[in-house]
Amino acid sequence: MTKKNSSAKVSSLGATEVSRRSFVVGSAAAGGGLALGFHLPLGGSAQAQSAAAGVEVNAWVVIKPDDTCVIRIARTEMGQGTRTGLAQLVAEELQCDWKKVSTDSITPGQNLARKRVWGEMGTGGSRGIRTSQDYVRRGGAAARMMLLQAAADQWKVPVEELTVADGVITHAASKHSTSYGKVAAAAAKLTPPDPKSIKLRDPKDWNIAGKPMKRLDTADKLNGSKIYAIDLKLPGMLCAAIKDCPVFGGKVKSYDEAKIAGRPGVRGVVRVKDSAVAVVADTWWRAKSALEAMPIEWDEGPNAIQSNTTIAEHLRDGFAAAANNGSRANGDAVKAIAEAAKKVEAVYTTPFLAHATMEPMNCTAKISADRAEAWVPSQNAEASLAALSEASGLPLAKCEVYRTDPGGGFGRRGGTQDYVHQAAAIAKNFPDVPVKLIWSREEDMTHDFYRPISQCELSAGLDESGNLVGLHARISGQSINAFLNPALISGGTDMRQLQGYDVKPGEAQLGYGAPNMLIEYVMRNTHVPVGPWRGVNTNQNAVYMECFMDEVAHAAGKDPVEFRHSLMGNYPGHRACLDAVAEKADWGKPLPAGVHRGIAQFHGYATYSAAVAEVSVSDDGKVKVHRMVLGVNCGHAVNPDQIAAQIEGSVAFGLTAALYGEMTVKNGRMAETNFDTYHIMRLAEMPKVETLIMQTHDFWGGIGEPTICVVAPAVLNAIYAATGKPVRSLPLKNVKLV
Amino acid sequence: MAKLNINGRVRVVQVEPDTPLLWVIREHVGLTGTKYGCGIAQCGACSVHINGEVARSCSIQVGDVKARDKIVTIEGLSATSSHPVQKAWAAIDVPQCGYCQSGQIMAAAALLKKTPKPTDKDIDEAMTNICRCGTYQRIRTAVHMAAGMGNVGKSADHATTKSKV
Repeated sequence: MTKKNSSAKVSSLGATEVSRRSFVVGSAAAGGGLALGFHLPLGGSAQAQSAAAGVEVNAWVVIKPDDTCVIRIARTEMGQGTRTGLAQLVAEELQCDWKKVSTDSITPGQNLARKRVWGEMGTGGSRGIRTSQDYVRRGGAAARMMLLQAAADQWKVPVEELTVADGVITHAASKHSTSYGKVAAAAAKLTPPDPKSIKLRDPKDWNIAGKPMKRLDTADKLNGSKIYAIDLKLPGMLCAAIKDCPVFGGKVKSYDEAKIAGRPGVRGVVRVKDSAVAVVADTWWRAKSALEAMPIEWDEGPNAIQSNTTIAEHLRDGFAAAANNGSRANGDAVKAIAEAAKKVEAVYTTPFLAHATMEPMNCTAKISADRAEAWVPSQNAEASLAALSEASGLPLAKCEVYRTDPGGGFGRRGGTQDYVHQAAAIAKNFPDVPVKLIWSREEDMTHDFYRPISQCELSAGLDESGNLVGLHARISGQSINAFLNPALISGGTDMRQLQGYDVKPGEAQLGYGAPNMLIEYVMRNTHVPVGPWRGVNTNQNAVYMECFMDEVAHAAGKDPVEFRHSLMGNYPGHRACLDAVAEKADWGKPLPAGVHRGIAQFHGYATYSAAVAEVSVSDDGKVKVHRMVLGVNCGHAVNPDQIAAQIEGSVAFGLTAALYGEMTVKNGRMAETNFDTYHIMRLAEMPKVETLIMQTHDFWGGIGEPTICVVAPAVLNAIYAATGKPVRSLPLKNVKLV
Repeated sequence: MAKLNINGRVRVVQVEPDTPLLWVIREHVGLTGTKYGCGIAQCGACSVHINGEVARSCSIQVGDVKARDKIVTIEGLSATSSHPVQKAWAAIDVPQCGYCQSGQIMAAAALLKKTPKPTDKDIDEAMTNICRCGTYQRIRTAVHMAAGMGNVGKSADHATTKSKV
């Protein structure tokens, strides 16, 4: 079974190769192409080739003779449910039979060859649905219009007289009826409608989108048959294990290859760039154990003296800096606070965090003289393709990436395709042989692009009646852009680290106003690589703002919700979400003895989020989170059950970080190397999660990330309510609560 | 060389005796449903059944496995994804990325074999595998649902007699 399984999978990956060629042929024949509903007039041979695969009505929709609708998906599915959601949106406009929908993932090579007809493939920033919904819906609608037109042409009746339901087209007057599978070939020959002329279906009328459809990709996750990139088997394949210098920025000094000569299965040792060494063998375990046995000397370089202590000092130094690297300001917060009747001050800290996807980083690469291929669990297959091209030295057109669904992404597998670079560099030494590079968990945890470390100094001024007259927050910490995208920093200003504190509405707006406000960022970079970590900077920034808000409310002698209301006059969207969650969570109503509530709200990825946590703290300081109520207004809820799943998962992700999450720098390297020291929350600690999904239909918000950031502050605020002491540093495992 | 009984079939593999059972299953036998997550028996992604008990195969050397030990992997749990745990997992739509779910399902199946009607506390104690997507709430619901389906005591190794592995 396994052999059959794997070869079936491999041949299916190979099949995309065949269809890619037909795409390229078709694309050339079509000339310039259209922005949408790319019409592909298939030539004779290509048509024959694709008959079994179905007819491509347009780039998004392929219809088979048995009425199966294959919906093409450009974004990555890594658990967040985007594949099913996007298919629902296309199917909604297509008005096909949902039971006959399947999906197909395109490759970046296909996208490139067809002038990016499928748009952006990168899947991060909770953009999978919200930034592709418009064009995928238009793609579905265009296909429907062409299918109906084909039936109308066949019956010689006006298309307006036709109705369609579940992929069956009917002309009531003449009692004609046909199905999509029967008219697809004729439809494919028609000129696609002008995308701008298409009227999309009103969400009020949705019968596929907006419904809690079961995921389309569950079956093979239940019986072991789903092939992740780490499972790939290719003929003649070799496996590689790698070790990068444990100190970031260090180099390989030397290694003793002779010590592992003659070990079973070992085929070679490859130095990868300056800093890493890989062992290649017939199996990964043999490669890994040989690598462990091989003496390696490192030149650790100047960073070996860095530690959590030196980094914390460096960050604290930012509080005294004369200039900032980005700010928002109104009034004179510093003066207002200095002159206020009452002052509140606090310093908060958050640590580096690792992504720790369950499937460790890996990539299989095969490099030949004029062709490079890679099999990658990628959140950004186009970035993978670019990395492969760069590392192999072959032009993009001679490269292809086959994307597998990642076993978790969380931002780790996006723009930074380090493992593709490495796999290609290793595979170059074995021409025409596929080489599968797998990182050990230790390698994965100690060579991440970590969530950046930061500290935040906050102060607030209250007047005699407890009104907020001034708020000042200064974040000092590492910049993701400085490490990954320096070009995005202009004139020293880097607003990305102030995510969630925007003045302007839309993406990540602060939901509070004060007569005097100053929020600023001071850049303090370290030698540690940093990158986007699910929720990115909303996570830290929500802790700073929402926990401090409770401290200020406490000083004002006001209920946390009531105090927030006084600042939310201009932010009805934030307030509506906060209030709905407070109500669902029985805010203000009695609780069992020893149980306390905390609340938080934030805006990120265009979605409003709020959370209430019910928490108890035992006499010996142990935290138990009993229940959490989370609510979102994401504008449009494409699949309520998958939104609930994301929110439930966000509680585990956010709580893990709050309770345990910390990567510690010691002697320039990460001290935590595996799950024994980097603890992940288990099922027993999972609170009961209730979700509230609101949709106002006036925007499209993301779902994969936004609710993580309200989890920690809601819990910390509940602890504050329980103990009377604010918690100002994470993770909680390091904090003595009582 | 090692002789292993996996999913009801005897497999002879040429492998160093200190190789972890996980990597023998994945790389020598070719069953990749059992996953590598940590290599130190922390995460449970590599969970299999050995003589009906759940075991973390990354930390068992193949040399310590006897030929008569009955090993069942996720591929051998049922021939048609029909084990109550698999059915409940599908009904609740438990998986997100799915990577840890082979291990979660094997842990749940072993729990139900021993404790057909587990309490929440039983589930807390038995289900210690890591899920980074955070599907824990649905796992709990699905374990209860599977328990309600009955027939959970059915031996996983019996199910393999129909398996084509």
